[in-house]
Amino acid sequence: MSTTTTTPAGRMTSLARAEMTLLGRSKGTLFAALFVPLVLPLSVRSAAEEMDLAEAGLTTGELVLPAAVGFSLLFAVYSSLVGVYVVRREELVLKRLRTGELRDAEILAGSALPAVLTGLAQCLLLITGCTVLLDLSAPSAPHLAVLGLLLGLVISAALAAVTASWTRTGESAQVTPMPLLIVSMLGSGMFVPLELFPDRLASVCELLPLTPVVSLVRGGWTGGLTAGETLQALTVALAWTALAVFAVRRRFRWEPRR
Amino acid sequence: METTGLEHVIEVTGLRRVYGGGFEAVRGIDFSVRRGEIFALLGTNGAGKTSTVELLEGLAPPAGGRVRVLGHDPYTERAAVRHRTGVMLQEGGFPSELTVAETARMWAGCVSGARPEREVLDMVGLGPRTDVRVKQLSGGQRRRLDLALALLGDPEVLFLDEPTTGLDAEGRHDTWELVGALRDAGTTVLLTTHYLEEAENLADRLAIMHDGRIAVTGTPAEVTASEPSRITFDLPDGYHLGDLPPLGPMGVSDHTVDGRTVRLRTHELQHSATELLVWARTAGVELRRLDVRSASLEEAFLTIAKDASAPAPHGATTEEYAA
Repeated sequence: MSTTTTTPAGRMTSLARAEMTLLGRSKGTLFAALFVPLVLPLSVRSAAEEMDLAEAGLTTGELVLPAAVGFSLLFAVYSSLVGVYVVRREELVLKRLRTGELRDAEILAGSALPAVLTGLAQCLLLITGCTVLLDLSAPSAPHLAVLGLLLGLVISAALAAVTASWTRTGESAQVTPMPLLIVSMLGSGMFVPLELFPDRLASVCELLPLTPVVSLVRGGWTGGLTAGETLQALTVALAWTALAVFAVRRRFRWEPRR
Repeated sequence: METTGLEHVIEVTGLRRVYGGGFEAVRGIDFSVRRGEIFALLGTNGAGKTSTVELLEGLAPPAGGRVRVLGHDPYTERAAVRHRTGVMLQEGGFPSELTVAETARMWAGCVSGARPEREVLDMVGLGPRTDVRVKQLSGGQRRRLDLALALLGDPEVLFLDEPTTGLDAEGRHDTWELVGALRDAGTTVLLTTHYLEEAENLADRLAIMHDGRIAVTGTPAEVTASEPSRITFDLPDGYHLGDLPPLGPMGVSDHTVDGRTVRLRTHELQHSATELLVWARTAGVELRRLDVRSASLEEAFLTIAKDASAPAPHGATTEEYAA
């Protein structure tokens, strides 16, 4: 009867393509997603001049590059995706999609794909820029940097779905990503490396969702992560991912509240 | 396939739906829809139609009872059902910034055995509007787009939640024709509507819902058969109700007088009308604004709504609605 049967990959591609078109038409989101992560690293760089980075054993480039990746994840992926999920729910698009063959996870992943790819492309661009402009040497443990970046993309998308679960309207989606944005920028080693924090505060900040991402990316360049530190970073990252998946499965709302 | 010989495509038993606040929108309903049949759920706003259809579509699990669509539970066995059903929600569900063509292409990529998008858009008359953004469509055009997408995969079972709300008279007739043609081609259709004419024209069988329950079900003829027919006229000047022949022997079961207007209800329309007209001829009077009509769905519907506006006997309280 049916000539072609859809596959999960095919369905997600189709959805992602439509979302990509929508992203291109959403000027505000596009501006925030593309522009902010390009500008913020400049302020990190000027902040770096005030700090005693040598005490942390870092060069300016080794601070700015992981920070740039973090900004990209926060703005291009996390906060823009919160908006996408909430607006699609408001427009009843998510409900409509659930009447079809797409599974719930496919709907969330397919919708996230354009933001994730944008974030990835932006990270690669920023990494290239930092390497050229800040005189960075080649990464000494590139596999850690790749792992950190990929985990960062997954965590950012998953946390966006969590935040969207507690966000009622498109308007509030402008505000609800703020706590994680601020906490991550201050506490995940983007502006100030955790090495310069008091020990007790640093050990708490190590548990924040984007800290392992920043550590892994930085460790990829410096090669300074011990096996124990790498393991801790991976554990924290996977724990956040698992927690986010659990929360989304239980709490994600597919329809606006009546 | 597993469906051969499956007489009932949709089976619903003891179905209940309770919302978060404790409001029971569907209070234990039973019905079944045969293959190739158009089944209409009728009811006033808030009767529980959409709540019911969403359970059939598998968007939510029931609070009680059982749903089977094509032999499967549409909620727990989603994958077994979805590629064989088409759904038109009560309201939109399309990103406003996509064009009609982009929306259809997106949906086509998610539907097994999708027909060419252009074909279904032409079927619903949206062919000339493919480059228009969804936000610029009229309400009626959005309904048509929704219908087109529901038809994209050539579904065996079609759920249409108020398919013609917001359409003009012509659009409504086009949709009826289309849905009728689908039924003739073997599609099973479950639709909700509050247009009685729509149910009367389209449905093979229907159920009238009220307050979360099915008040009456059957073919349109069966549902109206139990209802009385109506005769309405103005009493001629100088005449009183008592001047008419005795109403009982005329077959009149019930009457009301409003000013000079008399309304008679009867289960023997021909007999009652004949007696009345013979009396008028004999008396040499004219019955102005005479209206004689057989029972219609409207009558059945109003009877149910009237019973309902009386204090609810089953304990539905106002608090529940406020919840």
